[in-house]
Amino acid sequence: MPKRKEIKKVMMIGSGPIVIGQAAEFDYAGTQACRALKEEGLEVVLVNSNPATIMTDTDIADQVYIEPLTVDSLKEIIKREKPDSLLATLGGQAALNLAIELDECGFLQEQGVNLIGTSAQTIKRAEDRLLFKETMEKIHEPCAASLIAQTVDEGLQFAKEIGYPLILRPAYTMGGSGGGIALEEEALKEILSNGLRLSRVGQVLVERSITGWKEIEYEVIRDGKGNCITVCNMENIDPVGIHTGDSIVVAPSQTLGDREYQMLRSAALNIITELDIQGACNVQFALNPHSFEYCVIEVNPRVSRSSALASKATGYPIAKVAAKIALGYHLDEIPNAITKKTFASFEPVLDYCVVKIPRFPFDKFTYAQRTLGTQMKATGEVMSLCTNFEGALMKALRSLEQNVDSLLSYDFSGLSLAELEKDLEITDDLRLFRIAQACRKKIPLEKIQEITQIDLWFLDRVLYLTEIEEECRNFPLTKELLYKAKKAEFPDTVLARLSKKTEDEILALRKQYDIFANFNMVDTCAAEFDAETPYYYSCFDGTNEVKTETTKKKVLIIGSGPIRIGQGIEFDYCCVHSAWALKEAGYETIMVNSNPETVSTDFDIADKLYFEPLTKEDIANIVRIEKPDGAVVQFGGQTAIKLTKDLTEMGVEIWGTQGEDVDAAEDRERFDQILENCQIPRPKGETVYTTEEAVAAAKRLGYPVLVRPSYVLGGQGMQIALFEQDIVEFMSVIKRYDSGYPILVDKYLMGKEIEVDAVSDGENVLIPGIMEHVERAGIHSGDSISVYPAQSLNEKVIDCLISYTKKLALALKVKGLLNIQFIVDQNDEVYVIEVNPRSSRTVPYISKVTNIPLIKLATQVILGRKISDLGYPVGLQKKASHLAVKMPVFSFEKIRGAEISLGPEMKSTGEALGIAKTFSEALYKAFLGAGINPIKTKKMVMTLNDRDKEDAIELTKSLQDLGYQIYATPGTAKVFTEHQLTVSKINKLKEASPTLMDLILQQEIDFIVDTPAQGKMKNKDAFLIRRNAVEAGIPVFTSLDTANALLVSLQHQEERPFPVNMAEDLIEKN
Amino acid sequence: MEAFLILEDGTVFRGRGIGASHEVISEITFNTSMTGYVEILTDPSYAGQSIVMTYPLIGNYGINHQDKESEKIWADALIVREISRISSNFRSEDTLEHFLEENHIPGIVHVDTRALTKHLRRKGTMNGMITRTSYSNLSPILSKIQQNQIQDVVEKTTVKQKTVQKGQGFRVALLDLGAKQNIAASLQNLGCEVWTYPAFTTAAEILADKPDGMMLSNGPGDPKECISIIKELKSIYDSGIPVFAICLGHQLMALAMGADTYKLKYGHRGGNHPVKDLQTNKITMSSQNHGYVVNADKLAKEIALPAFEHVNDRTNEGLLYQKRPIFSVQFHPEANPGPRDLAYLFERFMHQMEVYHAEKKRD
Repeated sequence: MPKRKEIKKVMMIGSGPIVIGQAAEFDYAGTQACRALKEEGLEVVLVNSNPATIMTDTDIADQVYIEPLTVDSLKEIIKREKPDSLLATLGGQAALNLAIELDECGFLQEQGVNLIGTSAQTIKRAEDRLLFKETMEKIHEPCAASLIAQTVDEGLQFAKEIGYPLILRPAYTMGGSGGGIALEEEALKEILSNGLRLSRVGQVLVERSITGWKEIEYEVIRDGKGNCITVCNMENIDPVGIHTGDSIVVAPSQTLGDREYQMLRSAALNIITELDIQGACNVQFALNPHSFEYCVIEVNPRVSRSSALASKATGYPIAKVAAKIALGYHLDEIPNAITKKTFASFEPVLDYCVVKIPRFPFDKFTYAQRTLGTQMKATGEVMSLCTNFEGALMKALRSLEQNVDSLLSYDFSGLSLAELEKDLEITDDLRLFRIAQACRKKIPLEKIQEITQIDLWFLDRVLYLTEIEEECRNFPLTKELLYKAKKAEFPDTVLARLSKKTEDEILALRKQYDIFANFNMVDTCAAEFDAETPYYYSCFDGTNEVKTETTKKKVLIIGSGPIRIGQGIEFDYCCVHSAWALKEAGYETIMVNSNPETVSTDFDIADKLYFEPLTKEDIANIVRIEKPDGAVVQFGGQTAIKLTKDLTEMGVEIWGTQGEDVDAAEDRERFDQILENCQIPRPKGETVYTTEEAVAAAKRLGYPVLVRPSYVLGGQGMQIALFEQDIVEFMSVIKRYDSGYPILVDKYLMGKEIEVDAVSDGENVLIPGIMEHVERAGIHSGDSISVYPAQSLNEKVIDCLISYTKKLALALKVKGLLNIQFIVDQNDEVYVIEVNPRSSRTVPYISKVTNIPLIKLATQVILGRKISDLGYPVGLQKKASHLAVKMPVFSFEKIRGAEISLGPEMKSTGEALGIAKTFSEALYKAFLGAGINPIKTKKMVMTLNDRDKEDAIELTKSLQDLGYQIYATPGTAKVFTEHQLTVSKINKLKEASPTLMDLILQQEIDFIVDTPAQGKMKNKDAFLIRRNAVEAGIPVFTSLDTANALLVSLQHQEERPFPVNMAEDLIEKN
Repeated sequence: MEAFLILEDGTVFRGRGIGASHEVISEITFNTSMTGYVEILTDPSYAGQSIVMTYPLIGNYGINHQDKESEKIWADALIVREISRISSNFRSEDTLEHFLEENHIPGIVHVDTRALTKHLRRKGTMNGMITRTSYSNLSPILSKIQQNQIQDVVEKTTVKQKTVQKGQGFRVALLDLGAKQNIAASLQNLGCEVWTYPAFTTAAEILADKPDGMMLSNGPGDPKECISIIKELKSIYDSGIPVFAICLGHQLMALAMGADTYKLKYGHRGGNHPVKDLQTNKITMSSQNHGYVVNADKLAKEIALPAFEHVNDRTNEGLLYQKRPIFSVQFHPEANPGPRDLAYLFERFMHQMEVYHAEKKRD
């Protein structure tokens, strides 16, 4: 029973699609909060448009609505469900903004809904720049000299008064969207005008630059009685100037004395007390490194990315406690889940060091600017724990899974001393590696500090790591030296390279000297109290605390590591469900993962959690202690699959599809053989290793061809080549990121792209449903709009798909999940383009829309059960009567310089789902869910490549019929005019004003259809247009197929508002 | 140089010796504060004890002499996992390692402090020897270690003579039982004139100076050893002047009025201890450093009522005297190190002195 008896039914808002700045951490927080509410016997209504989340499972909340997160749809849901309370502080900025809007328009009051947790008034005082500043002034908490600008002129005037550089932060945006540092007037104008537009309230904070100060965060919690605590503090290694989401962060702070620590802690508590926060809150400070001067940067009156990190870093379940506080509980009434003896009313103490490193998408966006600033660019992050800082840093580096295993992984040895010093000024993701090189070159730490403004203590630790490198390179690996290097978490791979030995030799030495990793427990209290929480991290100077004895069989679940484009939250969903299914089947589950944002790294998901990098050696450490009976690797994406061979070599049984069969699907020749045996056609292709071979192969196959490295996820490095020059260019890019693996050159086929996920028990398959992509082949499946059930397939094709799926599953000896991508050409001929004998990105989505618990079934099959025993008929399941559309969501506006046109390489960061009774309704909802509102000004722009111009005539005509005013660039307009379409010609960039750019910047248009010329004929203007449009928040569709889908969704707009549907209403149990 | 911590139960932890090289036997206690090693080392309450820091990275921000809570290090030894080789802070004047050397205090680094803490938590606080000698036969050593007792530490830590720190406001008599300097500083910040007295000053002598209130400080050792002080405190109680007592002072006043004290299994030492104000039920984080605790059950309800209690183990954390303007706390409102959330208690003391003053005037 909740403390506040009047609370019976709570609505929670999720954070929507994953975008940069708002990622999996809100699934973690939301899921934990939902469970906490249900624990109290409350009815929970959950709304989220993101189908890849665990929180949208029907067993997490009582009523799940997978609906667009808009004020309109939330109003409908509230009217329907009549919750008495709304909890909005756990769904990130998205949920908070919606709650405020619902409150401001009086709707909540009208419906008798209470905003529980932190109040609307508090949220406004924390988020509104002006109110916040006034509040801080009232309690004498310093803020940097600043101005709330509502016009560009105000900002310019302020700049004249206090000078440059200035930091700009728009109000009510997340991930620092639209913010930046202005060094001079032109930059100020540009960033400010953009920021004013992005801010929900048209306010931008312009403030004195405190760049170079220490950036310190406190995670604080306060209850309704006014009890408040700090869960932990965190220090950004990168000083103020780089967004905290893009900074390397350490917890607790390392360079603050008690006076500074307590000064900021007291300030944080003062602030949350004055704001009357009831729940979790994050306070960011800038601290002058040369005095006690500090200022408050910002306050997030909600659970944030930092709270997820703080929760994982300390073991303190912030979201859960925040949810209980919302129900009226006080901190001393909530038990500490870790010690079970103490209460939530204490401050965790650590006896280890935590390092977080962000994961950037620059491997995907090779042309993007790597420079870091106040706009967050990271898609995900890794965390590691160790008994010392340098060890935690080394573990975090290799957790990134970017072919980095030490500070030597990026080679700057070619730079001269002067060049190196110059380049130390660059603030990008590689700065740490340059600093290491500077240490190797004996540039004094003081000099490095002067340039980078990173605290000397951190620099000294980097120096220490480079000293160990040097020692291992030059001296014999004695027991002392090896122990020292292992304590600093040098992996065997690096030690082997440094000492010119093999990895086996290093391991043999470690055996000889008895140097092995042990596991310590995360217990929130530095061992002061007895704890039972099975949450572990490794170190080389500790005593093992793992209790390994159990009567159950043990199974290792390999997680999916940091969130990156192509491998996102979906795989965490799979790992968590697999853990639950294994637990239910009576196994002891052991989760290994390195990602602090996820549900899987919540310590009560699996029986044991190892927060470790996902590398061979780190897994071997766990295997050595735990001796698991088996491991499941098919749920953790490519990260887990890549470890299959290593696990087998360690003697761990792989449960489910075997490694050699995974290889067979990836190995060109073996796979071709299988297809031939099964008589399944595929596009012709060849395997090559060099650029010359690739060019020759393309010539034989005929252009266009698809070029890609094998063994990748998300189509990384995949490109369509129209000409020889394209191949030469792509090969050079591919080679940079992937060495050793073969490269595939395939004939590129145009046709419908179909996707199937299936469970196979080795005899039969279960196919929950068939998904069809809106975009034709050539656009990565993760970036395509996907429709379930497939709309345009006839019986014959469907039978063929089922038959191929079964044949392939059996031929590849799949036990568990497989994902197949097909192309159906205009003659209804079915080709296989790719088979992944593992869980895929679409599994959560197809599980949800068909109501078939795919992961649970796959897990049971892996454990030896047959599909026929699981209560489902074999083969394709009954087609649903509703429609579901999965819409990709991109974060292009965050990544300056990234090309936004879609192709075979995946670029989306998240997805939204639209479910409805008709196709157009589902589509419309999916567009809305993805943040695209196509009906504002009813003006749109067409700028098309030659191939698409004629094809777009019908589309353009229909849009015109719907009342859109069409603008077109000269070439496109010419073709349209020839076909009796009246369109407004708009000038290209170089021509006289008004040009297309003017239209974009004036926000005069709803969307742009811009199909870029393929291949090398990249047009710089077109690129600029797309970039500017995206940064101005105007949707750009780079495929006619997507534009046609939009048209379909618009054609039924008179039926709006669309009815909202509880997921269960539509999705009947099969 | 290899160094050892030999516990009285025969458990040996190895590490590298730093600071002074002499051998020392003392009580081994752990502190969970993540910052504040300077304040902790110089806190006189640690006289007779060696400190294990549970946070593994110590010394990062070096030493600033202003942060010291007394003139020197009172702890017998420091036991840590890692000690920083550089000190990085704008106020840093020295490295921790050199500070230990200068104070002739031995230390051990590279100790598995987590395993050691767990051991102390399970078995309770115990004695240990810090040495650089590798003993082949431990049994004669162990009996020596076991026999160690903390004795006469208040005598050692208290000031030798009365001192006066000028101020415009109330005259506060501070009985120095091994006081942290921030107690006097906190009073001075509120304008008080602080007269500090050696621990064994008689009540009559103190009262003769006509203080407006009396402050009983923290201090080391077993409270029951301080028989003569306890006796004098009874007279202080009878005098009716406002008294604010911290830690050892709190225990001694309670003993003076009939309460008992006992030793906790492994004490409360750290900056994250939640205490509940029993009047308002509000929870506050406190800084703590005590091995002994008051058993208030034996204290007559008419004399004093529990005012604060520890949220985790519900032990007594403060007393509110019923017939006299006296209140006392087990935790450290003066912080240094640790949270300053309870610093307002000094203001409460000020208020008591104001009331007392007003009443006296009326008389």
